[in-house]
Amino acid sequence: MGKPRIAIITGYGINSDNELAHCFVLAGGAPTRVHINDLIARKPALSEFDVIAVPGGFSFGDHIASGRVFANKLKHSLAEDLRKAAERKIPMIGICNGFQVLVKLGILPGPVSGPAGSTAGISAADESFEQNTTLTYNDSGRFEDRWCHLAGDSASKSIWTKGIQRIYLPVRHGEGKFIPRDAETLAALKRNGQISLRYCTSTGADPGEGASAYPVNPNGSVDHIAGICSTDGLIFGLMPHPEAHMLATNHPQWQKLGLRGEGEGIRIFRNAVDHVRG
Amino acid sequence: MLTRIEVGQKSPATDSQARKILATLLEVFRFPAGKVDRMATFSVYTVEMELEGSQKNRIARELLTDPITEAFAVDAHLPDPAAVPGKAIEPFDFLIEVGYKPGVTDNVGRSSREGIADLLGKPLTDADQVFTNRQFRLWGSLTRADAETIATKLLANPLIETYLIRSKEEWARLPSLPKTSGKVDAHHRPQVRTLALPESDQDLQRMSDEMVLALTIAEMRAIKAHYASAETRAHRTRAGLPAEPTDVELEVLAQTWSEHCKHKIFAADIAYTDETGKRRDIKSLYKTFIKAATEKVRPQAPWLKSVFTDNAGIIAFTEDWDVSMKAETHNSPSALDPYGGAMTGIVGVNRDILGSGMGSRPIFNTDVFCFASPFYDKPIPEKLHHPRRIFKEVHRGVKDGGNESGIPTVNGSIVFDDRFLGKPLVFCGTGGLHPAVVNGKPSWQKTIEPGDRILMAGGRIGKDGIHGATFSSAALTEASPTSAVQIGDPITQKKLADFLLEARDLGLYRFVTDNGAGGLSSSLGEMARETKGPSGGGGGCKLHLEKAPLKYAGLDPWEILVSEAQERMSFAVPPEKLTAFLELAKRRGVEASDLGEFSDNGFFEAYYEGKLACSLSMDFLHDGNPKLQLQARWTPPRHSEPPPNLWAGRNLKEDALSLLSALNICSKESWVRQYDHEVQGMSVIKPFVGEKGDGPSDAAVVRPLYDRKEGLVVSHGIVPRYSDIDCYHMTACALDEAVRNAVAVGARPDALAGLDNFCWPDPVESENTPDGQYKLAQLVRSNEALYDYCVAYGLPLISGKDSMKNDYGRGKDKISVPPTLLFTVIGKIPDVEKTLTMDAKAAGDHVYVLGMTRDEMGASEYFRLLGITGNSVPKVDAVSALALYHRLADAIEAGLVRSAHDCSDGGLFTALAEVCMAGRLGAKVDLSGLPVEAGASGTLSPGTKLFAESQSRFVITVTPQNRVAFEALFNGLAISGAPTAAPIAFARIGEITSGSDLEIRDVSAGNAASTPLFSAGMDEMFARWRKPLDW
Repeated sequence: MGKPRIAIITGYGINSDNELAHCFVLAGGAPTRVHINDLIARKPALSEFDVIAVPGGFSFGDHIASGRVFANKLKHSLAEDLRKAAERKIPMIGICNGFQVLVKLGILPGPVSGPAGSTAGISAADESFEQNTTLTYNDSGRFEDRWCHLAGDSASKSIWTKGIQRIYLPVRHGEGKFIPRDAETLAALKRNGQISLRYCTSTGADPGEGASAYPVNPNGSVDHIAGICSTDGLIFGLMPHPEAHMLATNHPQWQKLGLRGEGEGIRIFRNAVDHVRG
Repeated sequence: MLTRIEVGQKSPATDSQARKILATLLEVFRFPAGKVDRMATFSVYTVEMELEGSQKNRIARELLTDPITEAFAVDAHLPDPAAVPGKAIEPFDFLIEVGYKPGVTDNVGRSSREGIADLLGKPLTDADQVFTNRQFRLWGSLTRADAETIATKLLANPLIETYLIRSKEEWARLPSLPKTSGKVDAHHRPQVRTLALPESDQDLQRMSDEMVLALTIAEMRAIKAHYASAETRAHRTRAGLPAEPTDVELEVLAQTWSEHCKHKIFAADIAYTDETGKRRDIKSLYKTFIKAATEKVRPQAPWLKSVFTDNAGIIAFTEDWDVSMKAETHNSPSALDPYGGAMTGIVGVNRDILGSGMGSRPIFNTDVFCFASPFYDKPIPEKLHHPRRIFKEVHRGVKDGGNESGIPTVNGSIVFDDRFLGKPLVFCGTGGLHPAVVNGKPSWQKTIEPGDRILMAGGRIGKDGIHGATFSSAALTEASPTSAVQIGDPITQKKLADFLLEARDLGLYRFVTDNGAGGLSSSLGEMARETKGPSGGGGGCKLHLEKAPLKYAGLDPWEILVSEAQERMSFAVPPEKLTAFLELAKRRGVEASDLGEFSDNGFFEAYYEGKLACSLSMDFLHDGNPKLQLQARWTPPRHSEPPPNLWAGRNLKEDALSLLSALNICSKESWVRQYDHEVQGMSVIKPFVGEKGDGPSDAAVVRPLYDRKEGLVVSHGIVPRYSDIDCYHMTACALDEAVRNAVAVGARPDALAGLDNFCWPDPVESENTPDGQYKLAQLVRSNEALYDYCVAYGLPLISGKDSMKNDYGRGKDKISVPPTLLFTVIGKIPDVEKTLTMDAKAAGDHVYVLGMTRDEMGASEYFRLLGITGNSVPKVDAVSALALYHRLADAIEAGLVRSAHDCSDGGLFTALAEVCMAGRLGAKVDLSGLPVEAGASGTLSPGTKLFAESQSRFVITVTPQNRVAFEALFNGLAISGAPTAAPIAFARIGEITSGSDLEIRDVSAGNAASTPLFSAGMDEMFARWRKPLDW
């Protein structure tokens, strides 16, 4: 097959679309930046793509709550196309604001009450897009730009983080604190292999508990969760920005460490491109 | 119908806003514990539209409330959902609710409205609106006076917001809050008035003052003469206009002639007398110094494309791409409404970039703030905010504006001096990237043809920002107009920006510019000049004001024309592209309106509902204002010198640590970290560098093209405190600081372009400014230095701006800012992989100081610590500095340097401390061999070596392997030992150690190995360096 066609959704304050598109180029994909209104008008339609990416940004200014107004827009104008995309088993990613959108839409983590491993993020039977988790205000009460060490969960089903044990990426958000509905939801996420990335120390250790975990866990996320996936592992969302570690020179210590070439973030995008290629 | 929806947090754990406010009450307002022991915050949405009950609930549940963390109530009081039985008492001890005044931009309300339209699946009318309030419930032993303090000093800005307070007792009597529409009362019937110009000077001046025209008596007289002329009278008779001006015409003239837009002081004739009594006649500071410097160095800078004429300067970057840059100030609005004022500052300069050439994409922001101390403890004059509030809110405005627009903030600084109490300075800069050729034409050129349509796109027009241009051209007083304040809307602008770049590439317009100060009057007034033929004459436009989209009805035609409502761009669209332009705008959710056409009949014409309301000759509009005739006299100030035994008995270690806590030196990390530095993925050298990402970098480097190695460097210099001695040297030092910051990260000095931003106190002698001649002389001297050093460095200026009325109040209460020049440089770096950061990299590396240290302590941070100014201001030796910069660039290019950091505020000591802290490494240093110029005595005291702020110096580190090659290069020797170039002043002063101690000795001064001048561990230095602003 040719290069996988990647839809990079833009518009209404999404702002990390250019660098995300270039990351997919480096990963071997053929990205197109598509305005949400053009997708709604099906010029082009989501069905023409092999991967869907919702980039970071400040859709609708994070007004009301981050990602909510954009999620509301998708829900009322693109729900059917998104559902079909999930049925086609194509990879989807939401980064930062895109993750907030997918979470508030309920696509991530998807229904969690059903039997383990039985459902994708959205099912035909579930058009209500129930939200089971949320991303809310950082414990620090403020937006922060900070590089974070992340550890991949070996039980994660995410095709996006396959083979990734450790990765170094920046976070840039004010509302990144991941909270599941309740203890049972968290247990289900663990059971289903839906937890993909956690914040960790520079040596890979757990950040610890309470306020002392800051800033290793930059926002107070429950269980230090930074990224989750759907039960089938195809839909993935994370608060850190892999597209901002596109080139080695993005690494804060590139000069001291003598880094050159591609950045660590590309691994995530290459995983998806390779998955589509089979 | 009004529906009121309250949303609150189910648990205090997610109410981080309440935690922050409580902390502020304890730490800043010094509330005793228990006065407020709990707080809960709520969002309140007042939805004004016809809704059924089920729709109201759907809106609340599906759009406004997070199902995991929040609860809501529709048309009812929401009991505190986080109330723990037995712990918190319902309802509250005090409730404060804050909302915007009618007409003030309510961004959350606008997004909520769009969400409701999507949710209900139907288009809404202009009558359907959402207004948002913020509600705070407090528990504790506070009084109503405490609640008032919290409301007015912390939660609400009474200039733009209203608030209400309810006590527990009041709530018991009436347990509900009013539902209020935020709509503007629009009963005013718009009209065009004819205004008779009075006879006497006194009455003319009163007219200018009362209408906030900010015109001088000479200008009012020129207008009167123009209207009295036979030619004007004949034209007006033909056009069917009254002989006297309309209000539309007077407002357009006042805006066009405002200091803010016309730069009258920089264009004035100045008679300058220096300290020897020698007189120099200057015809325009701008032409004599700024433009002349660039013309002089232009042959050395073939990469210049567009300088001074467009919204930003444009230089070549690669064969296919150009970059643009502009820096602006937004001081007066930031004094009144620091959040909205600062935010419009940053999104406003973003629009300058969008309006440069055929349209440039913003790729980075810079910001520099000047404030009074946040710990200022004297009474605050009427109408001013406490500097701490100004600091927090300005920072929040720039942060939100930049972050929400998806533009990284890569470089900046915060400067403190208590004279910024009267007006804070808020400098916002933006760089842009655009293709060098667009649709087959060089993109920095643009034209307008007669008959092209006038299009305005983006936000709507309201009363916000009326008289911004004329108001910023006047001193701030208690009577300053509140309508001069705007609030930015980054998302409307982001949509506009995305649309603009798409339309550019599709070739849908011929010309674009932004609507900033002066609104349509300014943008169209400037654009209307573009249809002038090569022989002069021509120019003009026909504008239909009623076609401009309004936020609310009731605006007078002149208000439509001069409103500075934000997020708008003006375009010239060829008639055959009009349909495609409007269609694309619609698909991108951007409102665009056809307001008329450009003409070439030589008149700026505006109609209202079919009737001509303004017809001004283009020549008079743009060239009719009389030149100012000003006097400047330079008398050098003499400050008292420090005592001769200055150093006797001083504890240099304690002084050094105190310097680390000086506001201009201490860490700004907790503030800078709130800016997004990474968006767009271009970062190479970030604001923070080093082992733990907390060392302050000298300059930013970004990589605009992901698949290329070329980079852009951006840095700045600013030292207003040197103005207390001499603005000539203040300017030279600011310029040198900007250049050496860029060189420190690996830029070549001949690849740089400069931007000058002047912020001055009023320099025109008058009753209220008796020292005007001195202040104007300071401005002349600053311009002289700008010329001298730009020419010496071969540094072209590409863009600049001036803000000339940075004063508060009158008479003895007057507060004037110190004359301030922000000098920004931008330049190309051929290979980003060769750039350098400032942190120490490894133990065993050698530490060098490059450049000469002199007895230059005047106006230094150290002297300020002691409460002295002195007179020995640092001076820049351009010849030796430039030689050093070239040599350092050679060394960096050859890979011989491991880290480089410039010496500035606090001198050599600060630089050494920062290098070590950033690298989490120690150093052992001996200052004996430091290159010094010490006059008669031949030596400098150790304190002077540590703290003098001599310019053009660096602290660098070099690996042991590179030591020989590096020293040979700086000694001007080939490997063979043969001389190849003049030696540069430099010395090895020590080495980086694996420990955590910085140890500084001066053995030559009898400072034996056992008694270092300074010795402190990492933790102690960090503690002092972080303490002041870590909140």
